[in-house]
Amino acid sequence: MNVFNLIPSHIFAVWQRNFLVWKQLAAASMLGNFGDPFLYLLGLGYGLGHYIGEMNNIPYMAFLASGILCSSAMNTATFESLYSAFTRMNQQGTWDSMLATPVRIQEIIAGEQVWAATKSLISGTAIFIVAALLGGIQQWETALFALPIIFLIGLAFAGPALAICTIAPSYDFFLYYFTLAVTPMFLFCGVFYPIDTLPDFVQILAQILPLTHAVALVRPLLTEMPLTMPWLHVGVLALYAVAGFTLASHLAARRLLR
Amino acid sequence: MCEKSKYSLVSAIAENKTAHAIDLCPLPKENKAMSDDVVVSAKDLRKSFAGREVICGVNFDIKPGICFGILGPNGAGKTTLMRMLMGLTPVTEGEYTLFDHPVSDASIHHRVGVVPQQDNLDPDFSISLNLKVYAAYFGISAKEAEPRIKDLLEFASLSSRGNEQVSALSGGMRRRLMVARALINNPDLIVLDEPSTGLDPQARHLIWQRLRSLKKHGKTLILTTHYMEEAAELCDELIILDKGKILARGVPRLLIEEHVEAEVVAIRGLANEQDANQICDGLNIRIDHVGDTWFCYSDDARALVTRCSERHELTFIHRPASLEDLFLKLTGRDMREEA
Repeated sequence: MNVFNLIPSHIFAVWQRNFLVWKQLAAASMLGNFGDPFLYLLGLGYGLGHYIGEMNNIPYMAFLASGILCSSAMNTATFESLYSAFTRMNQQGTWDSMLATPVRIQEIIAGEQVWAATKSLISGTAIFIVAALLGGIQQWETALFALPIIFLIGLAFAGPALAICTIAPSYDFFLYYFTLAVTPMFLFCGVFYPIDTLPDFVQILAQILPLTHAVALVRPLLTEMPLTMPWLHVGVLALYAVAGFTLASHLAARRLLR
Repeated sequence: MCEKSKYSLVSAIAENKTAHAIDLCPLPKENKAMSDDVVVSAKDLRKSFAGREVICGVNFDIKPGICFGILGPNGAGKTTLMRMLMGLTPVTEGEYTLFDHPVSDASIHHRVGVVPQQDNLDPDFSISLNLKVYAAYFGISAKEAEPRIKDLLEFASLSSRGNEQVSALSGGMRRRLMVARALINNPDLIVLDEPSTGLDPQARHLIWQRLRSLKKHGKTLILTTHYMEEAAELCDELIILDKGKILARGVPRLLIEEHVEAEVVAIRGLANEQDANQICDGLNIRIDHVGDTWFCYSDDARALVTRCSERHELTFIHRPASLEDLFLKLTGRDMREEA
């Protein structure tokens, strides 16, 4: 089955189910999504920014804000697609109940992925506002284009995380993914400093990772830095989204449709 | 136990049942014309897990408008048969169709309602939101779903609790809600996996009554169970499954007549096999020994009952043969390691 066979109303029904749950606890959920990045911006942006001054010829607060926007999109989509999706798949039988209806497993995965990206967009928007208030946005003409990119970043990280979710024996398993994938990206993909200061082989490695491309897109949109090769970055993110979806669908079918 | 009190208890339950059987809550919807000759058909159906065959060449047809039971001990293959029917387990070999479509075609689920064994109601939602969200999976809009939900809550005797959280419901209410949820798309076929497992007698009778009223409305029901009482209450036709094979199929009453003697005397307190043979001596009786009880099957057990009454150290129950006797005769009385 490919993406063109999916029935949009089924994907929407899956998305809507998650949205309705989120709506009931929206306040608490928002606080969690955006508390962490807010503290990073305050603590590092102001604290460390005071000593650093400028980075790549832009104020450190602006440099950091665009990075944190991307990393929080990554974290939000990843958390949702690992822990929350696992609860629905394994603990609550939500996916099983959907499979008894005309909804198919690929549509569940697609609905989950779009939902995780929606959560990235929600928390991304909140951080965007905070960043604006703290002076992290320099270029208002292009800044709003960052929001659809945030959604794409959400899709790109939700796909692989859903694949991990469908092979996980328990919640503990996700720690590997964080240690081996999420944390390295957080530290080595240009969120806190430009990657061209890193040794060559690390730079090459960083180019394979989606967060590098997310930052390379979002930072120029928010700041005065020039935007280079936008379609390459969009392409890499889209590739992660589609490959993640395909893999997760396949693995979910293997797990649930035995 | 004295046999008189045993029978009076049974008759009390029977009376109660008649009272329940009156159809108090009409079903929400008109019936779709059932043009299908066969709802489900299995032809030489097989399923293997890692080389081990768990369904070994099963054949059956289910006609519309009946309640079809799949009986069998734990591990017999009931759940596998159901999961394959719902497209949740791929068929290894053979043909398995649902309304003339292969079971793998998920679009056919528009005509099917499923009550799974495991409770998978959405714990985050109220009762009516559970139904509304489930309706959306069938492409039923919130507006369209609203009157249906009202009817279904009435059907499930949950009308006054629509806004309560699912976690506030008792086991029986949750199961009724699951049955109601399975009806949201007005299905022609309802598939129930052990619908009354873990329920108390009152809750169980209420579920049974609702299922009978569904049948009265022309729905086809398929249920798996290992409660013989449930099968006897509900099923027009059944198969007894063990180790992936069908051991018997047919109308419950006729199956009992065909395979088992009419009456059973279950006796406890007999010293040994010799003692058991002695008390049955000269009577045409088949004896089956399980644990401390001797089951004595006969077409006329009056003489045996008289003999038992004369021996005060014996406890005995005299009853008509039931589906349980048939089931145990076919699947064996031995305890199973894998069960």
